Amino acid sequence: MKHAATKPSPPSAPPSAHSAHVNLLRLIGLGIGILLLFGCLIASLLLGAADLDPRTIWQALFAFDGSTEHLIITTVRLPRSLIALTVGAALAVAGAITQGLTRNPLAAPDIVGINAGAALAVVGATFLFGSASSHTYVWFAFLGGTLAAIAVYVLGSIGRSGLTPLKLILAGAALTYLLSSLTTGMLILSQRTLDEIRFWLAGSVAGRDFATFTSVLPYMGIGLLVALILSRQITMLTLGDDVAKGLGLRTAWVKATATVVVILLAGSSVALAGPIGFVGLVVPHLVRFFAGVDYRWLLPYAAIAGGTLLLLADIGARIIIKPQELPVGIMTAIVGAPFFIYLAKQKVKR
Amino acid sequence: MTKSWLVIRSQKSLFSIRLDRRVPWVMLTLAIAIAVVMILSIGYGEYPISPLDVVKTLLGIDTGTADHAFVIYVLRLPRAITALLVGTGLAVSGAILQGLTRNPLAAPEIIGVNAGASLVAVAMIVLLPSFPLVALPVAAFTGALVAALLIYLLAWDNGSAPIRLILVGVGVDALAGAFTSLMITFGNIYDVSQALVWLTGSVYGRNWEHIQALLPWLLVFLPLSFLLSRDLNTLALGDDIAKGLGSKVEWQRGWLLLTSVALAGATVATAGTIGFVGLMAPHLSRQLVGASHEGLLPVAALVGGLIVVLADLLGRSLFAPIELPCGVITAAVGAPYFLYLLYSNRNA
Amino acid sequence: MSVTISSTEPALTTRQLTLAYDRAIVIRDLDLVIPAGQITALVGPNGCGKSTLLRGLARLLKPLKGTVYLDSASIFRLSTKEVAKQLGILPQSPTAPEGLTVRELVAQGRYPHQSWLQQWSAEDDRFLEQALAITGMVELANRPLDTLSGGQRQRAWIAMTLAQNTPILLLDEPTTFLDLAHQIEILDLLYELNQTEGRTIVMVLHDLNQACRYADHLIAVKNGGVYAQGIPSNIMTEAMVQEVFGIESRIVHDPVTHTPMCIPISRKARLA
Repeated sequence: MKHAATKPSPPSAPPSAHSAHVNLLRLIGLGIGILLLFGCLIASLLLGAADLDPRTIWQALFAFDGSTEHLIITTVRLPRSLIALTVGAALAVAGAITQGLTRNPLAAPDIVGINAGAALAVVGATFLFGSASSHTYVWFAFLGGTLAAIAVYVLGSIGRSGLTPLKLILAGAALTYLLSSLTTGMLILSQRTLDEIRFWLAGSVAGRDFATFTSVLPYMGIGLLVALILSRQITMLTLGDDVAKGLGLRTAWVKATATVVVILLAGSSVALAGPIGFVGLVVPHLVRFFAGVDYRWLLPYAAIAGGTLLLLADIGARIIIKPQELPVGIMTAIVGAPFFIYLAKQKVKR
Repeated sequence: MTKSWLVIRSQKSLFSIRLDRRVPWVMLTLAIAIAVVMILSIGYGEYPISPLDVVKTLLGIDTGTADHAFVIYVLRLPRAITALLVGTGLAVSGAILQGLTRNPLAAPEIIGVNAGASLVAVAMIVLLPSFPLVALPVAAFTGALVAALLIYLLAWDNGSAPIRLILVGVGVDALAGAFTSLMITFGNIYDVSQALVWLTGSVYGRNWEHIQALLPWLLVFLPLSFLLSRDLNTLALGDDIAKGLGSKVEWQRGWLLLTSVALAGATVATAGTIGFVGLMAPHLSRQLVGASHEGLLPVAALVGGLIVVLADLLGRSLFAPIELPCGVITAAVGAPYFLYLLYSNRNA
Repeated sequence: MSVTISSTEPALTTRQLTLAYDRAIVIRDLDLVIPAGQITALVGPNGCGKSTLLRGLARLLKPLKGTVYLDSASIFRLSTKEVAKQLGILPQSPTAPEGLTVRELVAQGRYPHQSWLQQWSAEDDRFLEQALAITGMVELANRPLDTLSGGQRQRAWIAMTLAQNTPILLLDEPTTFLDLAHQIEILDLLYELNQTEGRTIVMVLHDLNQACRYADHLIAVKNGGVYAQGIPSNIMTEAMVQEVFGIESRIVHDPVTHTPMCIPISRKARLA
């Protein structure tokens, strides 16, 4: 080496230092997010038809004495809050993955037909067998959502090129329309079914007990875990099929696994809380403004933001028209949409 | 090498157009299909009329039965025509939006037309049951325009980037949807049932007055959309290319959006929010005649019309005497064919 | 190769041109003359602002300050369609909608020459066929763009720009995605258009040697400003390469075209 290449070309800060700085910021953001989430969880336990004080909550959790207040906390507030948290997290993560998989900002877990399938199954069951309990709703919803998603996946994979984003989107949209028109048909034919099911259709986390929650939790847990493990691969997939393959990714396998994750997360969410549309579509965009496009950051951020949003929305749903309740699916949009519009305006340039 | 185009040019070369060679045949086939389905649709009902008598009556030849003219001209023909017009408007609106946003998921929904119209219409039905039904289309149309304008203004920032339009559209849509479903959840169950029929989209009981209200919009904005199809072609290549080719990007996009909103708004006001047509008719048409908008827009118009006319016929006949709104059926008619296309193109 | 050194009239002139993305200034107070009837190559390291400059020249980017003159009229005062008849631009990696065929894409190039009544004249047909023939895309004309290879796609986009039939052509890295044979083919094609029809060509090129071979006028861009400009044999020096690209090099004589040729010196001792 005759001339030592001592002169590093770019005059700006070296890239490694820059990215370390960004990562530190993101880590701090994640910490703040977790604190916020925890705060919302506490608030969710405190607020409601009857406001309670923090000491009562502590005692109910660790020195349960069977009083009405303690019962409210352990059998009503706690399951409901945990469901809101996990459903929000699951939907947001599922949405982020769906948008990555389809490379389309308009995609949401509903696009693979999960919500439409679940709604059809639950409405169909109520239509055919009369009123059902919320326990049976869970399994009908899970089953309907899963079957629909599998159908969409298979239809979208037809052909030599395998699963392409366009085919997935179109197959999903077509099947979603087909299923929801069947649902609407039944609701128009039977006013009784409509009356019974409309609160569920708007999405709600009220009136679920611990048993329901714990029976679905494993599916969600597995889904979230696999999603986090898969986050690096999904980031690669967003670069396009060919690039991802070139980087040594087994794209078909990753797509299949990612789809299973979406089905697990969105399926169990719709089972627990009914079809909530907004979270899965919008939260990924929301957190992309802070967490960038790397799914290793995006997914944890999405989980925290989704959980926080749904907790906040559920608190709002409880206290806005006390003692009546609003469906949480409606509140999420009312809470989140203005903020989302503001961010889209601020952050999307060109 | 064969050319895939059909070029029509006047002798003095003042006028010329270019179309995909498939366009005339596809359009002719679709027109025949629409005519057949409409004749069947007009003949079908509690009081059946044979197709031959339908044709005779429409041509003004006396069939010997005095009732025929009344049933056809007063009851069934306006309904069938409404279905045709509604499908046409929705399909062209969707095709324009898919071209503008370069997004295959775009449909009239994303510019807030459905959300705005639904919110206002459901509010009228559920909150003000005494509101005269005659005024419902006007109210819905106003809602659609306001929502679309709101999205455009909120998304404006030194220009109307399509991605920002989409995102703001999603936000406004979610917000309006939340309030709509609030009323669905808490309204009087009878009113809610009514609102649901409107939300699904139906041409039940539509008469000449409805057509009179809808037709001017289509007569202005359908030809305008055909005139703008070349501009849409360039915009579909992206802003940079379009600008380089000398397109006034913001201006053209503004006109195209206005066209799309007016078409969708007028149809939604007439028949409620019929899904599927605006999203799928453009895709079906692209399979038939390719991606160039000169041919795509008119073909999409006919495909959309056919879907809704057929859906209305099926909605009335499938579970007769119970009538399903055609919005329930559009997907049932279109989706299987759409999936078939997906399947038949499986080697692509 | 006969090179007209004396710069004739200018095709494009910039006066105090300042270009920015969202307040981040990329090009500052630039006065530049693009000579008419010549091939101009913009070279420089990644991120130096050469693509931004090209977009600015083509009025795709509104300047923060200053303006671009086309035939002594400010490009922003002219109707955009008038400009499009004078000046064609091919940006980097454009995308076409799914299912669009090559012929349909190339036909878009005729847009500025059409009107509501006159949508496809005989002249349009002629320039379309010519553009397809020149770029060797006749055989592939009816294929959808998304079924073609990267190089074929690039040629289709170039054909679109050619169909526009403008005296000035701006191209951002027209040879990316192309193999060596096709690179030479495209550059030869542009050279021929310049020689036979006197078209002004401005392109961003990464290959310094190709830039020296084909360009009459070389502009080296560094940090948003012009570092040096002129005929390649004057500009292409070891000092320039060191200053602009930050690498050691040796400039030698190209035995075929008698233009300068840059041989970069590797930082690895083994290869030095």
